[in-house]
Parts: sequence; C-alpha cells; structure tokens
Amino acid sequence: MPTPGTTASQATPRALKGPARRQFVLDSARLLCGVGLLGLGLAAYTKQAKARPPLAIRPPGAGAEGDFLGACIRCGMCVRDCPYSILDLARPESPVATGTPYFTARSGPCEMCEDIPCIKACPTGALDHALTDINQSRMGLAVLSDQETCLNFLGMRCDVCYRVCPVIDKAITLDLRPNTRTGRHTMFIPTVHSEHCTGCGKCENACVTDEASIRVLPAKLAKGALGEHYRLGWEEKTKAGGHSLVEDQGLVDLPDRLPEGVKLEGHFDPGSSPPLPSLPPGLGGEPTAQGDSALRKPGTEQGKRLSSKDAR
Amino acid sequence: MNNKRIGAEAVAAKGWLAAHRWLLARRASQLSLLALFLLGPLAGLWIVKGNLAYSLTLETLPLSDPYVVLQALVAGHVPARLGLIGALIVTVFYFLVGGRAYCAWVCPVNLVTDFAGWLRLRLGIKGSAHVSRSSRYAILAMTLLLAGLSGTIAWELVNPVSMLHRGLLFGLGAASAVVLAVFAFDLFVMSRGWCGHLCPVGAFYSVLGKWSPLRISASKRAACNDCMDCFEVCPEPQVIRPALKGAGKGIGPVILAANCTNCGRCIDVCSKDVFTFDLRYKNPPDNGAQITRHAATRGN
Repeated sequence: MPTPGTTASQATPRALKGPARRQFVLDSARLLCGVGLLGLGLAAYTKQAKARPPLAIRPPGAGAEGDFLGACIRCGMCVRDCPYSILDLARPESPVATGTPYFTARSGPCEMCEDIPCIKACPTGALDHALTDINQSRMGLAVLSDQETCLNFLGMRCDVCYRVCPVIDKAITLDLRPNTRTGRHTMFIPTVHSEHCTGCGKCENACVTDEASIRVLPAKLAKGALGEHYRLGWEEKTKAGGHSLVEDQGLVDLPDRLPEGVKLEGHFDPGSSPPLPSLPPGLGGEPTAQGDSALRKPGTEQGKRLSSKDAR
Repeated sequence: MNNKRIGAEAVAAKGWLAAHRWLLARRASQLSLLALFLLGPLAGLWIVKGNLAYSLTLETLPLSDPYVVLQALVAGHVPARLGLIGALIVTVFYFLVGGRAYCAWVCPVNLVTDFAGWLRLRLGIKGSAHVSRSSRYAILAMTLLLAGLSGTIAWELVNPVSMLHRGLLFGLGAASAVVLAVFAFDLFVMSRGWCGHLCPVGAFYSVLGKWSPLRISASKRAACNDCMDCFEVCPEPQVIRPALKGAGKGIGPVILAANCTNCGRCIDVCSKDVFTFDLRYKNPPDNGAQITRHAATRGN
C-alpha cells in the first residue's frame, strides 16, 4: 500500500512478482479484514450511542441526537461557560455518547440564562447560534408522569412545579377540576403546555416526591401527534374569523339524543315530531316544511343555526 | 536483556544533559501544555479553556483539532466560524513544524506509550505482534468512512487520545482503563503498537506534515559509526534508513518520511552529532557520499 512512511521498494505493488505479490495481496487482505472488523464493531457502538438515555438532557440549542453527534467535537467549552456548572461531559462508561455534554434535571436543571453562555461558547454550532431567546429553547418536554403520586392530583396544594417554572402560567398552568373524592373541593392540576415548555427541568428538580412525579423527557418520547388530517372545529372557526368550515356544506345532521319531552331549538331528535323524511334529500326525499327539519337547508336561518351547533 | 543502554555512548561523549536535551524539551512541552490546560479546572486560572479538540486561549486564540473538524465535515456538519478558524491555524502550524510533531510534543498519550516503550526495553520484553505500520492509514480511512455513513463523529466515541486529555480535565472515569489498555498493549503485545502502527490521529497529522519544511537531517551522516542507537531509540525507525544510509544511492540526508515525529531523540543519542533539525530544502544528495559508500561496502 503506497502510503507516507513506506520506502520506495515497498510502495510499488505492480513491480512485485510471484511470491512477493502473493504476500502483498495476503497482507492487504489481512489489513482490510482487521480494520473492517474494527469498523463493524465501532459502527455497532455508534448506533447504540445514538440512543441517548431519556434522563440525560442536552444543553439548549442542541438539534436532534443524530445531528448533534455529527456536530459536537466534545471540547467542553459549554461545560466551562455554564455559570451554574450543571453540564458534564459524558465519560466512556456512561450510556451517553463519550465526551458529549449533558445535564440531569433532577440533580441540576438548566437555569435558562438570558444570554445563553453555553451556546455562545460552542465553536461548532452544535448548539445552534441562531437560538438567542432562551424561552424558545426546547431541551425536552416536562411530563406529569405519575398522577398517582403528584400531590396536587391527590387533592393537595403543592404547586411547587408550577411555582418554580420560569415560564409560569404559560408552560405550566393549574387547571381546576372538581375533587370527586371529597365532593366539595377543587383539584389544581398542573398542566404542561408544550408550545411554551423549554424542558429546563426546574419542575423535575423541585418536585417534592421521593421520585419526581413530573419529569423532563425528550419531546419525541413525550409528545403525541394528531393525524395530519385532523381539524379542530373550534380552532378552525376562530382562524376563519368565526366562520365555520362545515357551514353551508349541505351535510346531513345526525340525531341528538335528548331527554324525553325536552326540545332544543334547531336540534333533531328522532323521538319527537316531525318524522324523518322517507329518503334524504338528493336521493329523492324532500325536507319537511316544518320548523325542526332533520336536514340543513343551505342559506336559511335554520341551516345556520344547525351548523353553528356542529361547530362546537 | 540489552546490556548496552541506548545513548550510553552519547552520554559519555556529550554529558548527560546534552544527551537528553530534546527529550527534556519535549517532556517540558508536553507537561507544560497539560499544566496550562489544568490551571483552569484546578486553580481557576483560565488561560486556556477547552481541550485538544478545541480550545480558546486568553479568550481570543481559537485552536481546534483539524482531524475532528474534518470528521464533522464528513458527517455533514459545517462547524461555526471559530471552529473553522481554529482548525486552519492548527493546520498551518503543523504544516510548518511537521505534522507528527503533534505526537511527540503535544499528545498526552505519547507520555504513556513512551513509558511503555522504555519499560519494554528495560525489562527486555522481546517479540511483538506483526502488524503493518500502514494499518493506521486504513484505520484513518475507516474513521472517515464511518463518520460519513453514520453522520456522527464515530471515532470520538473510542479515541484514546482525546479520551485521556479530556479525562484529565473533565474527569477520567473509564478512560483510565482505556489508557491502561493502550499501555499494556504497547508493553506486552506490540512494540510501539499504538502510536507507531494503529493511531489514526497520528496518521492524519502525518499527512498534514507530509511536506513540512522543518525536518530532521542526518547532515553529518559521514560521521555515522553504525552504533544503531538512533534506530533503537526512534519510535518510527523505518524513517531513518533512507536519509542516513542513502548517500551512495543519491538520496539526501533529510528525513522526508511523513511519520518522523520530529521528536529529536536521534539527535540526543548520537555521540557523533549526525542529526540536527534542518529545512527539507537543504537536502543535497551528495552529502557524505564518500564515507558512507565505504561504510556500505564494509557493513551493509
């Protein structure tokens, strides 16, 4: 193999004859096998290293784990410039990729410095320099992972996670629910809102239960996803300036079950009069002339009322 | 066991200090660089921040390891400005002083493998696994290929070089076991095994210094008395022969092989002061032709 360091006599395999050439081919094969084997082992280890343990959180501005491991050169500048010394470089024995920075929310959460010194210190942009507002960082997502041990879920007023949240009243709100156990109290349910949660981990750090009942997890692990085709009627209506998406679409209204004798303006109840037309419109049936028609009649006042009910 | 100590002749001729000049300078360089890095975490004196992958000196001078930056590039990430500038500075520096000067003068693993090499000699451990010295280039190619295929800087997961330096500054953990493994490997399995055969970091820097102007030259090769001390002390002995014994073959006295680490040990151990640091351009092929031809007919 012609490489720097080998002398001229070794470097020209074409000039080799017979046994020498045979030896060269064998040596090359041996080298390739050895290095290939090493490469395979390293490849397997690399794949495993991409699976970061969920409780190890990357500093703000880190991209997806695969991208981060291609960009971070393990210099530790972010570790040095963190004023609260929460960051650590992973040691070889840790399940986090060797040499990369991470923190553990339970023992030391991100204090969300406004000037984000860790990102400024990063020489490679593995921590994205475009992130200048710490409130826009997404290190993970807080999840109230155990409702059985959360004191607020048990009807008490702990509220600690809510109080320590740097984005209080946006990232975590307290939602009121009746306490059905006592029948007379209110439960203040800590509710995380993913559009505001930065994943700093202050809630997990402060949670008073022996094992934290609220935890910061990788957003990918914590977050569900509605199907692309889902439209929330009430949101679509607001977006459209109060105009329903389904209005004036000539849709068939389905029957509403109402208690006997109750009548609701604009609702169709098969139990009350008048009876259904034998066939729906479009298939030969005619909408009845009476007030509470089963079918939406585009343009009429009644049609509007029906569809506004749909939109709720 | 070797009865004759390497360099005994030189010590007798030049005195102990002169026969260890470059070795002492090299250890001073390695240790003071390490101390400079350690001043921050140990004494809170942040002259240098970071580690050998990237460091910032006095909040102004960025230095980054071009090999790890190259891996990031191959993995598909273009580093930010400081990282690139640092890599450029380091590339230019090692191009000038000899790429593998990094190995001899900076790398902390050199302290470990030099110790293993010294101990191997003292204990008279003979026999060494045979692996080609060009294996490191195959490993270098493998690390770059893997970076490209996985999109990550895969080699940094296991690289003992960065592991040791980072470990000393940020906490060793199991890195100490890895370094111990390298030491034991060099001591028992393969002479000069890690630095001289396998390490892709050294291989990368050898490519960087392939055309370096600063080289070691056997400029007084005519005075060589064939004591073989330089060959025995050299971590890459294959680089010496063409320069030292090339007089009759029209080869100049400058050691041009990229794997010469510019460590200067050959200068130290030579009682005849054959070797010296010089520029690669001062390489007349007829240097010392007469006498070496005479030596060749006698010994070779």
